[in-house]
Amino acid sequence: MDNRYHGNLEVSSAPHLVSPVNTAKIMGMVLIALAPAFGVGIYQFGYRAAMLTLVCVAACVLFEYLMNKIMKKEQTVRDLSAVVTGVLLAFNLPSGLPYWIAIVGCFAAIVVIKQLFGGIGQNLVNPAVTARIFLFMSFATEMTTWPTARGTGFDTVTSATPLGQLSLGGADSVSASNLDLFLGNVGGCIGEVSACALLIGGIFLIFTRIISIHIPLSFLATVFVCGFIWGGFDGAVFHLCAGGVMLGAFFCATDYVTSPMLPLGKVIFGIGCGLFTILIRLFASYPEGVSFAILLMNILTPYIDRITEKIMFRVPKKAVEGDAGNEK
Amino acid sequence: MEKKVRSLNSIKVSHEKKTASCITEKMSVPETVCISMAQHIGAPCKPLVAKGDSVKVGQIIGDTDAFVSAPIHSSVSGTVKEISSIRSITGGEDQVIIIETDGRQDLWQRIKPPVINDQKDFVKAIRASGLVGLGGASFPTHIKFNPKNLDQVDTLIVNGAECEPFITSDHRLMLEDTEYIIKGILATMKNLDLKRVYIGVEENKPDAISKLKEAIGNSGHSQDIEVKVLNSRYPQGAERVMVYEITGKPLNAGVLPADLGILLSNITTIAFIGQYLETGRPLTAKRITVDGNAVAEPKNIIVPIGTRIFDVVKACGGYKAEPRKILMGGPMMGRAVYSDAFPIVKNNNAILIFDGPQALIPEETGCIKCGMCIKACPFGLLPVSLAEAYERKDIERLKRLQVTECMECGSCSYICPARRPLSFMHKMAKGLLKEVASNNG
Repeated sequence: MDNRYHGNLEVSSAPHLVSPVNTAKIMGMVLIALAPAFGVGIYQFGYRAAMLTLVCVAACVLFEYLMNKIMKKEQTVRDLSAVVTGVLLAFNLPSGLPYWIAIVGCFAAIVVIKQLFGGIGQNLVNPAVTARIFLFMSFATEMTTWPTARGTGFDTVTSATPLGQLSLGGADSVSASNLDLFLGNVGGCIGEVSACALLIGGIFLIFTRIISIHIPLSFLATVFVCGFIWGGFDGAVFHLCAGGVMLGAFFCATDYVTSPMLPLGKVIFGIGCGLFTILIRLFASYPEGVSFAILLMNILTPYIDRITEKIMFRVPKKAVEGDAGNEK
Repeated sequence: MEKKVRSLNSIKVSHEKKTASCITEKMSVPETVCISMAQHIGAPCKPLVAKGDSVKVGQIIGDTDAFVSAPIHSSVSGTVKEISSIRSITGGEDQVIIIETDGRQDLWQRIKPPVINDQKDFVKAIRASGLVGLGGASFPTHIKFNPKNLDQVDTLIVNGAECEPFITSDHRLMLEDTEYIIKGILATMKNLDLKRVYIGVEENKPDAISKLKEAIGNSGHSQDIEVKVLNSRYPQGAERVMVYEITGKPLNAGVLPADLGILLSNITTIAFIGQYLETGRPLTAKRITVDGNAVAEPKNIIVPIGTRIFDVVKACGGYKAEPRKILMGGPMMGRAVYSDAFPIVKNNNAILIFDGPQALIPEETGCIKCGMCIKACPFGLLPVSLAEAYERKDIERLKRLQVTECMECGSCSYICPARRPLSFMHKMAKGLLKEVASNNG
């Protein structure tokens, strides 16, 4: 092969090297970060939690595959984003939910919310969060039938969640301690019960630089401050650890596609999520507000991005005057 | 003056500097060389020889009266076989002089060390040497060393960062030609009346750093010359990044370092000055790194300018695998050539040859708006927004987001998990802006 003329080489623009991290690897890291919460979910709710999660993952991947086939698009199953959506959706469901309802949720998440808007990167709102809200509205009874967690020590089949107790009977009727909430010895959705497990996963994502600290920190800080005003230190910890705040702050609100890209925007987004969460929890008729808060902020994200971009890149005054007519 | 500045955004790329310990070899003269007349930014040279002429090493074979230019010298002794043209990397036609070598490498009789009394002589000698910026830009050095505000320029930054993966030719130069570096620095300081010199070197070259420090100590100029150890991150070696990291002065696009009182030169350029002042031999050979997974024996090698890539590869044990992509320069900013018949030009510092998967960038997937490109951009631009604005041909937004500040370092494209050619889109966007500007008169 020596000294032979090679005249038909590949040409492309620089750089000719790319980072080893691709979309699939990022999604894989998110899945690893979700593993501790999955473990706690299985411990608290038994094999049904594992089965429901597997069903959701399988359904999401299948819907993703079929939609790409039908719409004659590049196959995107391998990027693992559908797996993450499946896991996140399952984590937002009570473990006793009938499988078929979960599959309906997966259909809403992947087909309607993600693929019909253009697939990965194009969806306006977080598929898992929005699908959960859809199921919550449509199957209100099934979605609020909470199997008793093993760690609570109760021998009933179902029991209320701490936020449910709060909503019905006020602060005095909450039976779980803050430590139980932190560890996950409470009723609730599969993946949201253990604040500790989610915190471990979230910190892992921050340290591996998969997510930046802005959204979780501003989200949690807002919840903490509001909780503190509501019920002192105990109240603040209660609101941080109860319900879906941890899952939402580290895994749902930080979804790249549906959250702002710039640090300032991320902070605005996180504060908004925290405020709406507390607002709904304390004053609205639903016991939990994380999903609604994230959905609302998802919708605001393009505006937040646009505003922060304009703040970062202010045009010199002269240029603005000259181009005023062209500005939309 | 000495204040700690916040580092600009940068990225971590794998170094791949496998040839760092390879002592530079000297290539034997190939049968023919193909010397391009366009080896610098500015007007190309016109051939001064004709077919059949015999030439010697160091003889001027191309020159022009244009202001931005540098003469071109023969790198071999032999006979001019043909004056023709080749399709250049950028798509234009370049005139080339093809010389059949006689292997004797006789020196041109007019070669002698220049006599220098003042700055004018110095600049004149540098032009005569054919020197251009050897770090990659190939801007004629004599113009850079003759700024309008020379009396305000007091600092020289010598760029020995070598932040591109694979390339180790500057590293080897720092180890092997240390005395030429010091001589070049001292001559430049003296003739341009500079007060302060910084040599910027990435921390991944500890042997070069200690060698330079030792040589500076021996020269007795340790008050004026300082080695600045830089983080081993890309793109430390970019002019605007280096000026900021060393002096803390931001250097926007379109501003010359001289406007900030700084001259910045690549370390190879400076070492050549040292060598030229001693020997008088113009720029006819270049130390390059030959590496990549399709080369049998990766190494550092000094090659005559005009040697074609296939001859260089032959001197490096030949191809180990079918080459799919050949780069002139590093993988981050180097250019891919379409054929291995391309000749080495003055500013080449590496030839990288890849086969199979390493030659190809994986396919582009959908943007997930992760914002990694934003965190990678040294100048705080928003690559993802620029790409969107480019795709929509939104001229106003491109201007507002300052696409012209982009230096196409490629950090955003490198880091993008969706493999989008962001840097390339910025390049196209800048072209688009120029087009619009010229259409509007």
